[in-house]
Amino acid sequence: MSTPELSKTPLHALHLELGAKMVAFAGYEMPVSYPSGVLAEHRHCRASAALFDVSHMGQIRLAGTDAAAALETLLPVDVVDLGMSRQRYGLFTNSSGGILDDLMVTRREDDLLLVVNASNKDADLKHLVTHIGHRCRVVAMPEQALLALQGPKAVGVLSRLDPELADLTFLTGRRSTLNGAECYVTRSGYTGEDGFEISVPAEQAESLARALLARPEVRPAGLGARDTLRLEAGMCLHGHDIDANTTPIEAGLGWAIQKVRRDGGARHGGYPGAEAIDGQLARGVSSKRVGLVGLERAPVRAGAIIKDGRGHKLGHVTSGTLSPTVDQPIAMAYLATNHTQAGTEVLAEVRGKLLPMRVSAMPFTPHRYFRG
Amino acid sequence: MTTMYTLEHEWINIEDHEAATVGITHHAQDALGDVVFVDLPAVGSTFKKGDVAGVVESVKAAADLYMPVSGEVVEVNEALRGDPSLANSDPLGHGWFFKVHVSNMAEFEQLMDGPEYDKLVKNS
Repeated sequence: MSTPELSKTPLHALHLELGAKMVAFAGYEMPVSYPSGVLAEHRHCRASAALFDVSHMGQIRLAGTDAAAALETLLPVDVVDLGMSRQRYGLFTNSSGGILDDLMVTRREDDLLLVVNASNKDADLKHLVTHIGHRCRVVAMPEQALLALQGPKAVGVLSRLDPELADLTFLTGRRSTLNGAECYVTRSGYTGEDGFEISVPAEQAESLARALLARPEVRPAGLGARDTLRLEAGMCLHGHDIDANTTPIEAGLGWAIQKVRRDGGARHGGYPGAEAIDGQLARGVSSKRVGLVGLERAPVRAGAIIKDGRGHKLGHVTSGTLSPTVDQPIAMAYLATNHTQAGTEVLAEVRGKLLPMRVSAMPFTPHRYFRG
Repeated sequence: MTTMYTLEHEWINIEDHEAATVGITHHAQDALGDVVFVDLPAVGSTFKKGDVAGVVESVKAAADLYMPVSGEVVEVNEALRGDPSLANSDPLGHGWFFKVHVSNMAEFEQLMDGPEYDKLVKNS
């Protein structure tokens, strides 16, 4: 059912035509699944190629010679040294080091292209304008749609439209003309598979989506499969696995903070919460994000309490499902640091029962990126 | 009528009132999506009408399974426990959940019949 106040992406009519089940998500009416169902969509992405509409996400351009240095005042990430056409994961932090949002940043010839979460995009835009709007131009890009083509056959499909895209490596981008549309394509995604994200003018998005779906390798996939795929890939969902009360260090995202931004680095600190994060890097944290694999069949979902064998609370689950690929329950949880060693057995409280789970390294399924 | 329906989108077939079969409707399985796990009640346990007797979970979500009538659970579908997708592929047949010895036939008669349930689904 459509609710009038929900926004629609440029592919809305196509989703309905494909028989999608639509749900409200971050102020948009979005496809959660198509008639084949979440499991089939998930498996198709791992085996072939899945097309996701992620046009609800925020695309923001930062233009001007000072843009990279300005952006570094808002996140603990090396943007200044980011090479041309390179893409990197980043996090906006608050003054206590908590994560306001996570994002991807790509250096293009004339600007930095940011892709931020749909549910945070208005707040992110305001944050950028308020804090660095005087140093660079901050431009929202509602005129652009965003498609993600993910899976081992994505490269074969996309390189039929532009053969040069086969040479892109993981976390790089380039301009590309696809089906007559001037696009910006990065080799990246949120599934753990090889794949591409395509920023395309909104009015040409449906035609491009139809051209991609016309290939026998490609099937549409919705937000349901996107969530199970990213969870298997060990990737965080902001608002669930990371939020304003968790720091990058607690979240196990310390790898996203390059040396140059750490204590002793040339451009150390200078972002919100630097003191708290440097302190955690030096002294450690009392709880951190881990992966858990269930030893029984019942899925363990967000909110479940994790206990030790004596009934003491160790933490809680932030995301969980039954993994379609490994066919076992998988979850992310924050646990007391002394229980985060891989192999540690813990108990998850589900409907009054205590279900055994084992701390596991992530990703739960191997990443299969194309690194050249 | 031997099959009646509940507001929680379950069906109960009372051909044998000592072992009336309970499952979820086609509408329920469609709304849930791919069922990946079922938690079935213990055989021999007794419930009142409306009690939570089990859980059915899809990749997306967990939903409670309610007792459509009061009674004692006399059998559970072990095949469904082993292959929860039966709840999607054959919700009215091989995807049944459990059988119950109905203690109060009046509760059964108060449930919706087929046409009433179809109307509920159409208007939902």
